[in-house]
Amino acid sequence: MTAPMDVPSSAPEAQPGAVLTGAGGSIQGRSLRQIAWLRLKRDRVAMAGGVVVAVLVLAALAAGVLDKLFGLIPTTAFNQDLIDPDLQIPKGAFGGISLAHPLGIEPTSGRDLLARIFAGSWISLLIAFLATMLSVVIGTLMGVVAGYFGGWVDTLISRLMDVFLAFPLLVFALALAGVVPDNAFGLSGDVLRIALLIFIIGFFNWPYIGRIIRGQTLSLREREFVDAAKSLGARQPYILFRELLPNLAAPILVYSTLLIPTNILFEAALSFLGVGVRPPTPTWGGMLSDAAHYYQIDPEFMLVPGLAIFVTVLAFNLFGDGLRDALDPRAR
Amino acid sequence: MTFLDVRDLRVHFPTDDGLVRSVDGLSYRLERGKTLGIVGESGSGKSVSSLAVLGLHKRARISGEIWLDGEELVGADEEHVRGLRGKKMAMIFQDPLSAMHPYYTVGQQIVEAYRIHHRVSKAVARKHAIEMLDRVGIPQPNSRVDDYPHQFSGGMRQRAMIAMALSCDPELLIADEPTTALDVTVQAQILDLIRDLQREFGSAVVIITHDLGVVAELADDILVMYGGRCVENGPSTEIFDNPQHPYTWGLLGSMPRLDRERSERLMPIKGTPPSLINVPSGCAFHPRCAYAELVGGACGYEVPQLREVGGGHQVACHLSQEQRHRVWHTEIEPNL
Ligand SMILES: Nc1ncnc2c1ncn2[C@@H]1O[C@H](COP(=O)(O)OP(=O)(O)OP(=O)(O)O)[C@@H](O)[C@H]1O
Ligand code: SF4
Ligand SMILES: [Mg+2]
Repeated sequence: MTAPMDVPSSAPEAQPGAVLTGAGGSIQGRSLRQIAWLRLKRDRVAMAGGVVVAVLVLAALAAGVLDKLFGLIPTTAFNQDLIDPDLQIPKGAFGGISLAHPLGIEPTSGRDLLARIFAGSWISLLIAFLATMLSVVIGTLMGVVAGYFGGWVDTLISRLMDVFLAFPLLVFALALAGVVPDNAFGLSGDVLRIALLIFIIGFFNWPYIGRIIRGQTLSLREREFVDAAKSLGARQPYILFRELLPNLAAPILVYSTLLIPTNILFEAALSFLGVGVRPPTPTWGGMLSDAAHYYQIDPEFMLVPGLAIFVTVLAFNLFGDGLRDALDPRAR
Repeated sequence: MTFLDVRDLRVHFPTDDGLVRSVDGLSYRLERGKTLGIVGESGSGKSVSSLAVLGLHKRARISGEIWLDGEELVGADEEHVRGLRGKKMAMIFQDPLSAMHPYYTVGQQIVEAYRIHHRVSKAVARKHAIEMLDRVGIPQPNSRVDDYPHQFSGGMRQRAMIAMALSCDPELLIADEPTTALDVTVQAQILDLIRDLQREFGSAVVIITHDLGVVAELADDILVMYGGRCVENGPSTEIFDNPQHPYTWGLLGSMPRLDRERSERLMPIKGTPPSLINVPSGCAFHPRCAYAELVGGACGYEVPQLREVGGGHQVACHLSQEQRHRVWHTEIEPNL
């Protein structure tokens, strides 16, 4: 029923229609969501990022379905005939690029790189998305509660944020991923590793968004419509979730699109360090790690997952930046 | 039993600069079906005292007593007071645009207000919302109910705000400068509306304003506030026909009148409103008062207490009754 993305909370007096003039057409009744969309459309870089993000997400979804449900992606076809038996690297130039294998094949195993990048995409994105969601949910909840109630609640949550931010996350991740057995919490195999990565990446990152949301809530709670709602007898949950939260949608959205690429990188780093999803399940970070052994004799192998990560992270960042500019009237 | 009985209300805000004494010993009474006008300059504590009645202050030190329909509200259970808000008492805010949520339609906001106190379906509440909009004089309420606040004009927004505040038939309605943001003709319409609705609902109404003209016809009683205190109160007729406090004289003198040129106004109040952190000693008005010399020194060090001057009329001023009469009849009234 609400339009949570209508206005960024940073617009001090939300007066839709009053922000943009000169774009032609009638201003009357144009919501800030439309204004933001107009701005976004004119931002070519952000739009390009958005298109790449959309393609990547669709591809990852498709890959997840094709790979997991139908086993259609030939990630386990070992093309030994294409591997140089002496050097263990692909025959032919540029890592064995051919029509059948447009991105080449892996050294030694001879598996198709495109297939593995494709199959790895959904794991990378899934972990990044869910970890981001976890951070955003915890961060938003903590931030809103701290900002709205203030006092000792705020002090407690703020100190908790400090503790989390001071946490040596990478070390902890390495240790935790090392000690968790192959079967735990009723999960096993890839599912367990994915859940573990989501937890590690998501659970410790919430203070960043928590701080942003706390600050926004601090100023929002002084807005008159909060007093007005109270004067009519509104209950706390209504004020928190129906009055304040819609105003926080914009910063939450922007922060999420900017957190996803960070999490993709983090997941790749963990996989690279060998505590991510285990082989033979392909992940971009894991492939990069494999490629490290060959970089002198077969650099193309390293280039492929490296570029995949780079393009994805860049696209998300460009899109997120554009979104922030579009939603924030002051960012000009 | 008095419906609303405020006794020695104090609302102080601890800040980094010191204690802000926004309201410092305010008392008044209001019966059902009556209207009280609270008048004073910007910063005199009008809004703060009203928000205190509704229990909406977060970081304030509040003392004194607020009796509503026989119930003490100061220090009462927070959840209990919340249940009273909206149903027993409600407030019309000065600026409806910022008091309404920008993302919800006017209808949705009235529906929510109604459903806080009534367990009814959204459809039923929506019918009620349309009825309320009709009642406050919004044309085509059936379609306007789905408009957002920013699609309404200022006057219509104020009407919608009133509809929202009245959606649960509150017995006490506090209108905080309900017309300040509106132009003169719309002002009159809104005031008429409030009066009509009050007759219809029989509620007690507090109207807050810095303009005596606004409450001239509406209020049964008037309370003049200065620096967080009451300096004069009494029946409306008394305040207009026989005002006794120099500050009230100033308010009357600076009242815009249709039959006079602006330049002819008798006496705009000189000086600026007092600091509420370092409230002037004695009578808070003394740095700006033209009659302090008549008293001698007392104005500067002795706080004048409210004293009855007859007919339910009270004044806090060191001038003697005889002095006040003389000044009013010879210097002020002829020039108004
Ligand atoms: N939360 C607060 N913390 C500190 N000081 C406050 C707070 N709220 C109000 N004040 C101070 O209390 C004083 C009285 O404010 P109030 O809003 O009641 O004035 P008012 O009479 O309603 O004026 P206006 O006509 O401008 O609305 C002001 O000086 C204001 O700065
Ligand atoms: S007490 Fe003194 S300063 Fe205050 S209003 Fe009366 S005459 Fe003026
Ligand atoms: Mg006010």
